[in-house]
Amino acid sequence: MTSLDNLLLWFDLHNLQERYVSVLDNDQLEAWPDLFTKDGHYEIVPKENADADLPIGLIYCNSQGMMRDRILSTREANLYEPQTYRHMVSGLVITPIDKTTARMQSSYLVFRTNQEGDTTIYQAGKYEDLVVSTPDGWRYQSKRVIYDTLRVATLLAIPV
Amino acid sequence: MGHHDLSQTEIKASPLDIHFPDSDGSRIPYEVFSSQTVYEREQERIYRGSTWSFLALEAEIPHPGDFKSTYIGDTPVVVTRTPDGSLAAWVNRCSHRGAKLCVLPRGNATSHACLYHQWNFDSQGNLTGVPFRRGQKDMAGMPPEFDMKAHGLKKLRVDSYRGLIFASFSDTVATLPEYLGKEMRPWIDRIMHKPIVYLGCTRQYVNANWKLYFENVKDPYHASLLHLFHTTFNIMRVGMKARSIPDATHGLHSIITATRIEDDTSGAEYKAQDIRSMNEGFHLEDDSVLGYVYEFEEATTNHIQSIFPQLVLQQIHNSLVARQLLPKAPDKFELIFHFFGYADDTPELRELRIKQANLVGPAGYISMEDGYATELVQRGTLRESKSCSVLDMGLGKPDQQDTLITEGLIRRFWSEYQTLMAL
Repeated sequence: MTSLDNLLLWFDLHNLQERYVSVLDNDQLEAWPDLFTKDGHYEIVPKENADADLPIGLIYCNSQGMMRDRILSTREANLYEPQTYRHMVSGLVITPIDKTTARMQSSYLVFRTNQEGDTTIYQAGKYEDLVVSTPDGWRYQSKRVIYDTLRVATLLAIPV
Repeated sequence: MGHHDLSQTEIKASPLDIHFPDSDGSRIPYEVFSSQTVYEREQERIYRGSTWSFLALEAEIPHPGDFKSTYIGDTPVVVTRTPDGSLAAWVNRCSHRGAKLCVLPRGNATSHACLYHQWNFDSQGNLTGVPFRRGQKDMAGMPPEFDMKAHGLKKLRVDSYRGLIFASFSDTVATLPEYLGKEMRPWIDRIMHKPIVYLGCTRQYVNANWKLYFENVKDPYHASLLHLFHTTFNIMRVGMKARSIPDATHGLHSIITATRIEDDTSGAEYKAQDIRSMNEGFHLEDDSVLGYVYEFEEATTNHIQSIFPQLVLQQIHNSLVARQLLPKAPDKFELIFHFFGYADDTPELRELRIKQANLVGPAGYISMEDGYATELVQRGTLRESKSCSVLDMGLGKPDQQDTLITEGLIRRFWSEYQTLMAL
């Protein structure tokens, strides 16, 4: 790849990540599954399980349909205190596999603000992504969220 | 075992200014959820008293030397498998100067050295080495009469029932099988009937008193009302075949089950009463999360079994979990969900269990509200310490067990709690 190809790839994938953060942080949850492929995977697992090669996590979706169900449940079924996330993402490393697939890794920090306006550091962790180029643009084939903050404060209602 | 084994009548407790208006467990003064004095007494009389506390699955520490740091109440303890394959548990405090001995959450070691002065202990908690014990050159070392045997770690009674490891501070508590009781054992046997595999854990930290959660797992009444996922997506109705059974000895443990009835008509009743949880029109696009593989004699969708004071054994669909409930402060508890499967799971069934972790835990479709609900009680009652909760549901039929619309298990719990705590 030429450096211009690299620059374009970085631009596209950085854009994907920024859109990912933006839909979660600005209450556009219905747009979240669209950032994945139809058979995309999303999971959020504690670091202690990831390190021990144990599969269990907080959320595990292996289809875009499951992701839409999660959002529908968050909107219609589950009860939780209204809250807002703000993601800080850094340390983006992109490893191209071929012209249409790449791996991405980055660190994240999520601040959560509750109904009374208190803001706390809710979760620190990292993203491990496999992304693919589709006719609609780059999408997540899989996103594995590995969180360091092992004890979830009260509950997790919104994907990280 | 008798009532008095648990109530520790030999220990005189100073009176607390806490008044339960009734002894039947139906009125609970809210201060038991926020009082530091109550919390301290619980540590001594419950967790460090005549009870057995759940520590781990045997499957978490399968090999000699495997250990896990955990807690009984808020006392840090370590449970470990010794070189001969037996189990041991000890208070995680060096017998020398009191430092926390084992600082790793998990690992494998046949000896444990304190970081501070390298006093060394074996898996059983025996003191095996004291640096410079005999001094050096003209420097004196420990006195000659220093008895290594008398300075081991504080050892706990430890036993395993069907792969569930429990420990106790008490020398007089009944044996573990007796403590579990004859009503509870068959239900544990049901879940733990063949070798299991540990699949990992998730942890939740909740700003509420631990007893609010213990009430929650004895409260089938809330299930279809708080957890709207059930009814929004039509998973469970109050009209299921149900059981709510306390253990007969002291009522601190209990089992709740729900088994789907094929010709269920209770949906109509829900609509008639206009209960908010009846909500037609929502369907899961991918309902694989609600798969159900028949693997038990009775096809229960829910098996929620609380073993006092810090275990809840759970089967929800094909999700199998041992929840450990740890008090951290009067207004804080930690909940650790230990997920497991069976060693002979097919790959498809294992995948289903992993997928059904979506149902339970801190982000569980049918459990995320529990932590929030307990926090709402904590917040609502903070300055209402002399007011009482009202637990009258099903009071007219105290012996009815084939119901989910009851607070009877909670009343049984509180009634014995008063005895146990000398309140």
